[in-house]
Amino acid sequence: MSEHELPEECFYTREDEWVRHDGDRAYLGITDYAQNQLGDIVFLELPEVGATIAQGEVFGVIESVKAVSDLYAPISGEILEVNADLAETPEVVNESCYSDGWLLAIKVSDTGEFDTLMNAPDYAQYIQERQD
Amino acid sequence: MALKHTPLYPLHQTLGARIVDFAGFEMPVQYSSIKLEHAAVRDRAGIFDVSHMGQIHFHGPAAIETVERLVTCPVASLKAGGVRYGMLCNERGGVVDDVTVYRVSEDALFLCVNAANIEKDLSWIQQHAPPEAGVSDRSAETALIALQGPLSCEVFDQLGSTQPSQLGRFSFAPMLLSGVETLVSRTGYTGSDGFEIYLGAGDAQRIFQGLLTAGEQLADGGAVPCGLGARDTLRLEAALPLYGHELDDDTSPLEAGLERFVKTEAGGFIGAEAIKTRALRGHLHQLVGFELTDRGVARDGYAIHKGGEVIGRVTSGSPSPTLGKSIGLGYVDPAHAAVGTPISVEIRGRATAAVITKTPFVSARKR
Repeated sequence: MSEHELPEECFYTREDEWVRHDGDRAYLGITDYAQNQLGDIVFLELPEVGATIAQGEVFGVIESVKAVSDLYAPISGEILEVNADLAETPEVVNESCYSDGWLLAIKVSDTGEFDTLMNAPDYAQYIQERQD
Repeated sequence: MALKHTPLYPLHQTLGARIVDFAGFEMPVQYSSIKLEHAAVRDRAGIFDVSHMGQIHFHGPAAIETVERLVTCPVASLKAGGVRYGMLCNERGGVVDDVTVYRVSEDALFLCVNAANIEKDLSWIQQHAPPEAGVSDRSAETALIALQGPLSCEVFDQLGSTQPSQLGRFSFAPMLLSGVETLVSRTGYTGSDGFEIYLGAGDAQRIFQGLLTAGEQLADGGAVPCGLGARDTLRLEAALPLYGHELDDDTSPLEAGLERFVKTEAGGFIGAEAIKTRALRGHLHQLVGFELTDRGVARDGYAIHKGGEVIGRVTSGSPSPTLGKSIGLGYVDPAHAAVGTPISVEIRGRATAAVITKTPFVSARKR
């Protein structure tokens, strides 16, 4: 089993993003494995409230000291909230990627898309495969 | 081709370093976090493995005059125990490599050279050095450990070595550290006070570990191991050039703002005439420092704009952990190189406001 944190209630993608249903919206972000790989996060480029994201497509950019990485939408939907803390304190993504370090809250356009995602044990295995 | 290891590689693995390929070596980019390691050097002390760098020795009746003709800095006037920064240049006045010159004695000295250029430098030197210069490559058998930060002397004190604190900046001396013969130099690539320790490869792990253990005695986290990630953010704050970015075979030292390391006395060195000719003709670009005033990170290769035109290109850029802003170095049209000039950096197709600033960005040394 992976030593990275993996909340059971989240679903995961092969691009190392997580998504979690919370009432009328879904929150998404990058996983503990991803933030560890990236290192100190220094900058994020995210879309605005009202924009839509489409599953599998690049919706933004996350930068660490040394690297620039695309952000891929785990599911499709309209953006209801963007985490305002990230502009001033991007390091919160490193410190608490599943809670305070969330990136977007969206209105899910197709709940069926969750069926295409990995659950925690599957994602843990996916991490393991890449580390071997 | 298989990647090489420095003598400290097993220790990096034990310490849990993230390893990357650099100049054909597997090197630690970070052990904990680049920001933490960077802050450790600015506030306390950090220990770096830089054994991948090369050491080319000269020993013989023609040693001094040969190096005098090869480097931009004066060599004959450099006293034993002194170090100078300079460049090897080609006939076009471009930089083959930037190096530090260590005067060991009347007829012996060595150059510390960039890891990526060891073969190139050796080839260049051998084309221009007679047998009486006694050239030898001691890169593989020499380890190099950098101890950098305001508490560096305190780390040595913990090891029972008070000699290093007596060294002036840009001087070096042989010293016994924990019973091991070393050369300790008061030099570095971080902009903070510190030392570089040359020693035999076989002693490297012991001394690195010894420095770490000694450093643990310091307050607030002590001395930490630091990787190439922090090495880069630190040197960028100090506006020190990195070969392959600010310097290359086509760039004149004067374009890079390094005129104070280029001797002008008669006799010259290889490339001196071309450097002069290019300066008289007028340089096409000039190295500047800048900071972003909009949010974002400038990186190597990004275009620099002004007045709707591309006026240059970024050669190095990253966040500055000490300053909390994004900084960078780049070449621009000399007409727009003045400090205070507003410019923009193109980041993913978007203009990000910036301004040309004076360098260094951070002055971290008191001496």
